[in-house]
Amino acid sequence: MNITTLLKRGVLIVRVEGELDMHVADKFRQIVDNALETSGVKHILFNLEAVKFIDSSGLGVILGRYKKINAAGGKVLIAHIQPQVIQIFELSGLLKIIKFYNSEAEALECL
Amino acid sequence: MAIKNQIKIVLQSLSENVAIARVTAAAFAAQIDFTLNEIEEIRVAVSEAVSNVVIHGYAEQQGQIELIMNLYEDKLEYIIVDTGKGIADVLLARQPSYSSDPERMGLGFIFMESFMDELDVTSEVNKGTTVRMAKKIVSSAAH
Repeated sequence: MNITTLLKRGVLIVRVEGELDMHVADKFRQIVDNALETSGVKHILFNLEAVKFIDSSGLGVILGRYKKINAAGGKVLIAHIQPQVIQIFELSGLLKIIKFYNSEAEALECL
Repeated sequence: MAIKNQIKIVLQSLSENVAIARVTAAAFAAQIDFTLNEIEEIRVAVSEAVSNVVIHGYAEQQGQIELIMNLYEDKLEYIIVDTGKGIADVLLARQPSYSSDPERMGLGFIFMESFMDELDVTSEVNKGTTVRMAKKIVSSAAH
């Protein structure tokens, strides 16, 4: 797993690469939480273009960030999701609470 | 029904082996004419079952996980066996959002159930758990 974080228009962009399972879940959570804390921004955008696999451990981290950010009045957005990963989001119910966009630019426009 | 092909592997209960388990499961499924989505479903279901063993069965302590893969005429079967702490109430553990940890979604069994056609969980406290799941093979003539 490889994670790049950057700030754009007051949004923390998290670009994830690899497989989001229990092996990397703790590290994924720590990197995102650290970046949120040091940047102090309210919104987060996950770019999942290079995520080839996700299971409930990976979804759990995203849901955990959603709960935290939502409670602080921020928004969680997701851009570029692979078709085989979408069905996992669908079944988990996360698709109902987190908005999906085709690109980072499109997501940023909607904030 | 006769087993047409079988692979058994034993994995040490380590989080890095979860990926190896699901890759092996997908490779075994590749001998069938499954769609990419169906293969993905198998990858997720096996990943969930093996993750459960590492996280809960052995509670991140040492242990062995047996993964048995059987090919039958009409289905592909995956059996995940551990000798860890077991589940006190299997019916309760299979409920949505049942999780002992707030950061986890409690979706492991839901994914296994939704993505596979059969799921049986047998468990005994302090003896271990066996998860058996199977995906039906729809013959290509029926496509």
